[in-house]
Amino acid sequence: MKKVFSRPRSLKKVPFHYCPGCGHSIVHRLLAEVIDEMGLREIVIGVPPAGCAVLAYFYLDIDMGESPHGRGTALATGLKRVLPDRLVFTYQGDGDIAAIGTAESIHTANRGENITALFINNACYGMTGGQMAPTTLLGQHTTTSPGGRERLRDGYPIRLSEMLALTDGSAYIERTAVNSPGNIRKTKKAIAKAFKVQLDKLGFSLVEILSPCPINWRMSSYEACQWIEKEIVKYYPLGVIKDVTKRVKEC
Amino acid sequence: MLIKTIFSGFGGQGVLSMGYIFAYAAMVDGKNTTYLPSYGAEVRGGTANCTVAISDEEIASPVASSPEFVVVMNNPSLFRFQNVVHSGGIMFLNSSMIEARPIRGDIELFEIPANDIAKGLGNEKVVNMVMLGFFIKKTGLVSRDGVEKALGDAFSLKGKAIVTLNKKAFMEGHTFD
Amino acid sequence: MRGNHIVAEAAIRAGCRFYFGYPITPQNEIPEYMAEALSKLKDGVFVQAESELAAINMVIGGSMAGARVMTSSSSPGISLKQEGISYLSALELPAVIVNMCRGGPGLGNIAPAQSDYFQATRGGGHGDYRTIVLAPSSCQELAKLTMEAFDLADIYRTPVIIFADGMLGQMMEPVEFPENTNPKSSPPKDWTLTGAKGRPGRAIRSLILDPVLEEEHNWKLMRKYERIQKKEVRYETFLLEDAKMVVVAFGTAARIARGAVKRVREQGLKVGLFRPVTLWPFPGTVLGELGKKVKLFFVFEMNMGQMVEDVRIALGGDGDIHFYGRPGGIVPTPLEVSRIISSQYLQKRL
Ligand SMILES: Cc1ncc(C[n+]2csc(CCOP(=O)(O)OP(=O)(O)O)c2C)c(N)n1
Ligand code: SF4
Ligand SMILES: [Mg+2]
Repeated sequence: MKKVFSRPRSLKKVPFHYCPGCGHSIVHRLLAEVIDEMGLREIVIGVPPAGCAVLAYFYLDIDMGESPHGRGTALATGLKRVLPDRLVFTYQGDGDIAAIGTAESIHTANRGENITALFINNACYGMTGGQMAPTTLLGQHTTTSPGGRERLRDGYPIRLSEMLALTDGSAYIERTAVNSPGNIRKTKKAIAKAFKVQLDKLGFSLVEILSPCPINWRMSSYEACQWIEKEIVKYYPLGVIKDVTKRVKEC
Repeated sequence: MLIKTIFSGFGGQGVLSMGYIFAYAAMVDGKNTTYLPSYGAEVRGGTANCTVAISDEEIASPVASSPEFVVVMNNPSLFRFQNVVHSGGIMFLNSSMIEARPIRGDIELFEIPANDIAKGLGNEKVVNMVMLGFFIKKTGLVSRDGVEKALGDAFSLKGKAIVTLNKKAFMEGHTFD
Repeated sequence: MRGNHIVAEAAIRAGCRFYFGYPITPQNEIPEYMAEALSKLKDGVFVQAESELAAINMVIGGSMAGARVMTSSSSPGISLKQEGISYLSALELPAVIVNMCRGGPGLGNIAPAQSDYFQATRGGGHGDYRTIVLAPSSCQELAKLTMEAFDLADIYRTPVIIFADGMLGQMMEPVEFPENTNPKSSPPKDWTLTGAKGRPGRAIRSLILDPVLEEEHNWKLMRKYERIQKKEVRYETFLLEDAKMVVVAFGTAARIARGAVKRVREQGLKVGLFRPVTLWPFPGTVLGELGKKVKLFFVFEMNMGQMVEDVRIALGGDGDIHFYGRPGGIVPTPLEVSRIISSQYLQKRL
């Protein structure tokens, strides 16, 4: 019989600890598939965040180096400068990359640092119990935005990807989602493309992935996927934001 | 006398509020009490537990390494806590959800089909109060008045119907034999 | 009430209306409570900052404007706040900073620990400064010391650290809040930035380029620290009268040690407990005097031995000091500690 589905080499044989319906598990698998398919396992170095994915090295059978909360892109810069022929990526949540690590992300992109950032946007702080994130939508209830996020008190959801696209150092930035089979396929393509951009030494690449966190959104997995489609995408539209290889929408 | 109890189960079974009501009742009874919930990443993946200590004297540590009592609401809790119960201690087991039984011979076992009883009341969510009623009947650690007051205070924001339902569930467990 | 909620409620009762913080376990219930409670108060302001670094700088600003301000975090976040704490000290600004300490170093874990003792008591940031450090050991004391912290901060115009741990933050115990402390009892804030209406402009600054003047500033701070050392030392003793061995412990460890002392007393061993409540100023003088009478000291901490150095300095060579520590988030039982205490006691044939 022909084998049509199996565990990627770069994914360890351990069950994920993520909540049911969590997007992190899907992205881990996609990442492992891309690493295998592009034959990168032996040259890739990942930087996991402080966030629900802090234990990514339990699941990915690749080299990984832990970073303090938010400093991933700076740490990756160090790795890449010492080992320019390796493929270096960070894996960061919205709190990690777009709150505490904003300065690092902007300057890493602006330096055109030849690394890839995978930015998991679940519109909340998953690990610490569902507090407001910089990406939390207006009106969205979290444990630190009682009554819903309010413009006057909490400011607006941040569009970090669009901001980073403004820097001259960024080469490829795309926003995808993992809420449906079609979007999952597109996410995989985007990760592969970002890695390709890095291998071609074109500069900073980033894939922002809208990802369900049913536990903290207090929804079922299905509702969470729907909510991405109906609400989040309205504020965070999917698609390529910047691609220097195509010279689309140069900022 | 210092008595420590661990309440354990998965997220939706209300184990934290079970322990909380118990601790609150002990406080109403004028006893010293501490309540320590499991927290943070430990709670991811669904299991939750809490430790309640009650005593006539001040309580040195709210942590229980060998509690006198454990209340287990699901299978993983049974496996996790059956070995920590103090020799001669008691395990309270939710037989609706747990097929296995503890392998130790030196602890006493009390069983109650808590989910089935809760279902009989029309709301499986009150399974925790059924179990608590049973637990308190068997141990006599706190007074029924204390529990009534605790339930009234803890659920007051959720409305009268919820308080009544929880009290009823508590009584079902309390009168179970 | 849960320890973290108690801290938040106590702060509000002490007149704190401004809270700036960033989520981190095991203290998230403080910002969560503050978000809810302050949004219900007309004059309440809660800001979830983008990092601890931002939060502590918001605290600096709020304090300059004359408000009672607070921030809270746990170990990794407190590390990020060190820069700001150095500035608060230099600028002589009152503020309350809560550390619900967790296992470290690095990301460590979220279990209770006391491994930030050095950081808290030595001044973890740059420059020659000290912060008042209060170490509660029960939920009741969390309430009391949090309220006092605001007064101390205002009286001495200096940052005050509440040094607790994940267990105190998470556990629930019955608590009674002390009478509202009266902010009016603290000195008038005639140094704040309010706009130079009818007066010359005012600058709150720490840049003092002339070394002579900077030295003077350091002396001024030093004199303040000496005043604090004279007046604000706090400690508690338990069964010390006839003790031949003294256990020294603070916070959660002291609570466990107290249980252990009770146990060994039942075995007839003459052991007492000395619990520093202020870790800085450290009750060294009192301990030193104790060292003239008692010959055996047993220091127990939930770290690898940090306060023990202060005990050594205090005893100045008097007495034997034995240390027992459990780092990494382990909370030992009173039984475990009592066994070590009694074996030490018996070995020495006291
Ligand atoms: C300096 C510091 N502050 C705070 C924390 C606590 N912390 C851990 S993960 C996290 C945020 C998680 O949110 P996000 O980055 O969106 O990742 P998610 O869990 O949602 O995937 C925080 C605040 C920390 N580890 N270090
Ligand atoms: S809390 Fe949210 S992000 Fe974290 S594992 Fe659960 S679903 Fe995933
Ligand atoms: Mg997130």
